[in-house]
Amino acid sequence: MSVEQAIFFSILTPFVGSVLIVLTGSNPNLRETVALITGAVLFYLVASIYPAVAGGSTPSVTLFEMLPGLAIVFTVEPLGMIFAGIASFLWIVTSIYSIGYMRGHDERNQTRFYALFAVAIGAAVGIAFAGNMLTLFIFYEVLTISTFPLVTHHGTPEAKRAGRVYLGTLLGTSIAFQLTAIIWTWSLVGTLDFTQGGILDGKVGGLTAAVLLGLYVFGIGKAALMPFHRWLPAAMVAPTPVSALLHAVAVVKAGVFTVLKVAVYIFGVDFLSSIEASQWLLYLAAATVLIASLVAMKQDNLKARLAYSTISQLSYIVIGAMLASDLGVIGGGMHIVMHAFGKITLFFCAGAYIVTAHKTEISHMRGIGQTMPFTTLAFLIGSLSIIGLPPMGGLWSKWYLMLGALEAGQIVIVAVLVVSSLLNVVYLLQIPFNGFFSTSLNNPEPAAKHNHDADHDHSHDREQSQGIREAPVPCLIAIAISSTGCLVLFFYPGPVFDLMRLVMGP
Amino acid sequence: MTASLFSHLPALQVVLALLAAPVCLVLRRHGAAWLIATGMTWVLLAIALTLLGRVLETGTIIYSLGGWPAPWGIEYRIDLANAFMLVIVTLIGSVVMPYARASIKAEIEEPRIYLFYCMYLLNLAGLLGIAITGDVFNLFVFLEISSLSSYVMISLGRDRKALIAAYRYLIMGTIGATFYIIGVGMMYQVTGTLNMADLATLVPDLYGNRTIMVALAFLLVGLSLKLALVPLHLWLPDAYTHAPSAVSAFLASTGTKVAVYAFARILFTIFGGSGIFDDFGLQEILVSLAIAAMIGGSAVALYQSNVKRLLAYSSIAQIGYMILGLSMASVIGMTAGLVHLFNHALMKGGLFMVMGCVFLRLGSVQIESMEGLAKRMPLTMAAFVAGGFGLIGIPLTAGFISKWYLIQGALEKGWWPVVVAILVSSLLAVIYVWRVVEAAYFKPPPKGAAEITEAPASMLVPTWVMIGLSYYFGINATLPLDIATGAAETLLGGVQ
Repeated sequence: MSVEQAIFFSILTPFVGSVLIVLTGSNPNLRETVALITGAVLFYLVASIYPAVAGGSTPSVTLFEMLPGLAIVFTVEPLGMIFAGIASFLWIVTSIYSIGYMRGHDERNQTRFYALFAVAIGAAVGIAFAGNMLTLFIFYEVLTISTFPLVTHHGTPEAKRAGRVYLGTLLGTSIAFQLTAIIWTWSLVGTLDFTQGGILDGKVGGLTAAVLLGLYVFGIGKAALMPFHRWLPAAMVAPTPVSALLHAVAVVKAGVFTVLKVAVYIFGVDFLSSIEASQWLLYLAAATVLIASLVAMKQDNLKARLAYSTISQLSYIVIGAMLASDLGVIGGGMHIVMHAFGKITLFFCAGAYIVTAHKTEISHMRGIGQTMPFTTLAFLIGSLSIIGLPPMGGLWSKWYLMLGALEAGQIVIVAVLVVSSLLNVVYLLQIPFNGFFSTSLNNPEPAAKHNHDADHDHSHDREQSQGIREAPVPCLIAIAISSTGCLVLFFYPGPVFDLMRLVMGP
Repeated sequence: MTASLFSHLPALQVVLALLAAPVCLVLRRHGAAWLIATGMTWVLLAIALTLLGRVLETGTIIYSLGGWPAPWGIEYRIDLANAFMLVIVTLIGSVVMPYARASIKAEIEEPRIYLFYCMYLLNLAGLLGIAITGDVFNLFVFLEISSLSSYVMISLGRDRKALIAAYRYLIMGTIGATFYIIGVGMMYQVTGTLNMADLATLVPDLYGNRTIMVALAFLLVGLSLKLALVPLHLWLPDAYTHAPSAVSAFLASTGTKVAVYAFARILFTIFGGSGIFDDFGLQEILVSLAIAAMIGGSAVALYQSNVKRLLAYSSIAQIGYMILGLSMASVIGMTAGLVHLFNHALMKGGLFMVMGCVFLRLGSVQIESMEGLAKRMPLTMAAFVAGGFGLIGIPLTAGFISKWYLIQGALEKGWWPVVVAILVSSLLAVIYVWRVVEAAYFKPPPKGAAEITEAPASMLVPTWVMIGLSYYFGINATLPLDIATGAAETLLGGVQ
């Protein structure tokens, strides 16, 4: 199979898989086998593109002209390769996890869940491989819409409210700002192709470029830059596998990935650094990093805390883009991978706590390490990677981000990154530490505190919690894979780094 | 024989529909009338496609009715703009017809059903006539044929309010037609001709002549009534709400569209557009009215509890998009307006057809009675969501293409407030579409709700064909865009 065919089929596979999942919906075992096979095929296809891209070529497929002069094009360049690679790999892991979680949790409408999940991954791969801004925008919107029913999966009034915030923010920003920016770019330059060095350099003046940059960055609501971050905590009403893969990897990474793409291939790093507005956005991202970390500390609901942590970490990548330096972009791109593995581990663990111990609030999780030692250990590993401590992969991306900040002469940003790491220590390590070292399982449990999983919060389970009671085996397998990933990436960050170096040109 | 038949296709396009109408009247049997009407709409679609193909191949077709040469006889002059309109009207007509059978049976009393088919064909003939003719008086005649038959069709609704709606439309429509004919009379008085091509050569020299300018005002106001441009839209919501669903679907996607075409034809082909724009501030007037329609229509749609009325107000907003595109008087703007005419016809036609399915099973189109409907009529409601995405302008829908061109046109002119207005209007569309979606998908069915099943295939299939087309032309938009660009260039360039 040629590389071009592999590109074409890797876009197609998840959508076909989604149809097959619907068709096999009446038989759960068959349905989930289909989901796993689709994931495996997709990963194989994406992996088969890797050698060509790592060799420095950018294979491209043009489907057809949608508007006169504007075609649906898929071009695989290194950054897209990275994003597609982690999305398709972690999809397999999440599918394994979902089997344990969805069954263990007796979720309804599981066929719809698996089918839309596949569509969302297809959209993520479409975004990753998009060869121009129009193609990217199309899949961006497909991703928003296909994940809406996943967010509102439970159909409760709370889910409906969250769905409104989700759709309103993501659709609103993308239509009002991003689409305007895209059409404006098209009418100014006459092309939307992602081009090394950017397409706007020398074509637009300073003020126009500043407004355009603002429209792009705020129009990419999925990057959750403040003040357009509210949708992410709201989306946490979804089942945990959705929060794990979509709201820690596919959807939010699609956002920051788009920011990086725009910075590198629409504006071009050199041109971006000459626009003063990029400074303002840099400081806004820095503020998001700190504020979101502080808000995260106040959250007692574990998924909400992780959501705010994600908001904070996403802005790392926005910082990487807005630093407009080679090392900053490299750090940003690497952080997509490192944060993906770390955060998905944390969400897997959060889901394991829900499905096994029926606990969603951090204050209820004291001593949980004694009954769920494996999960809590994995949580520790994930936390260390997010904080950026060795021997976890998270170290490398933070390393390059700091180097990038130094290269750009932004001492303030270096300070922000350091402070943020300290805040991470406080709000993440609290959970495994209290889990392992606090013996008080009979801590005073505030009965009035309710949460959206209250239905499942059978607190009488506490009495029987002596001895080890771990999550369902598929969940544990998934947790093992993703937390091992964090470790492996510390020792072998090479492929990711090499790809990111290619992004910056030979 | 075939060669001569082919050369008479322009006449057949209208005459066949006119001839078939009385046949339905004589037959009086539902099944037979339906069969004839359906067959006829498909033949008309084939003719329209053939004509479009020939225009694309060989350029403008000129056909003198009865062999009398213009400017004495009536001339049919088919360029890309006409041919495009013919295809839109016949396409909608032929998709709605198979759908109408079951829908009409439920919504019109048995003894009057044959009237529907007769009036439908007459209306089709009228609309096709407006689209094809090259004579301003002939246009008036067809305008009246289509208007009168649509009054009858609206009044056929079982709801007694349909009579009032039809009556109001009749009053307003007659005023509009009167204004139009007064305008035509004044032009005739000064120029002595009714032929559009002829007028197009004479009128520019008379530029500044007071009678001609007043004539233009009368013509434009008359047509604005017909196309329901704010503030002359008041007849539309009631008419679309109370008419039988098949009628709403057909009228919403063809009636106002043809009037928009006639508006552009008069303004650009005969009066050459831009000069008047510059001297009389017509552009400012039209753009402000269009924006008022876009924002106002969408805003009022937010507060409707009857979904057909909601869609009607949405139509008013979408007509604003079309007029906005036309009044840019640039190729991109005009293309946006014309392509939106086509796209909106598909989307809104599909959505009204969805409401027909809902009405068939539920007997109501109030939002609260549609609560929990998605579980019971999944395919119907999925079609509503798909069509609603089009109104919002989500990528891959036809609505996205229209919006892309509209915004591009506005950016080209540097009209920032207009860009903002387009975006605000589409964000309002998110809200009004989502109100229905939330009711259907997130609310439990009302207590004691009747057991209902999915709409019959004879209605679902045409509905999905319509929605499917709006997606097809949203994904592969080059064909309608090329035609619309060609049509825009002809309209802007005057008659060759």
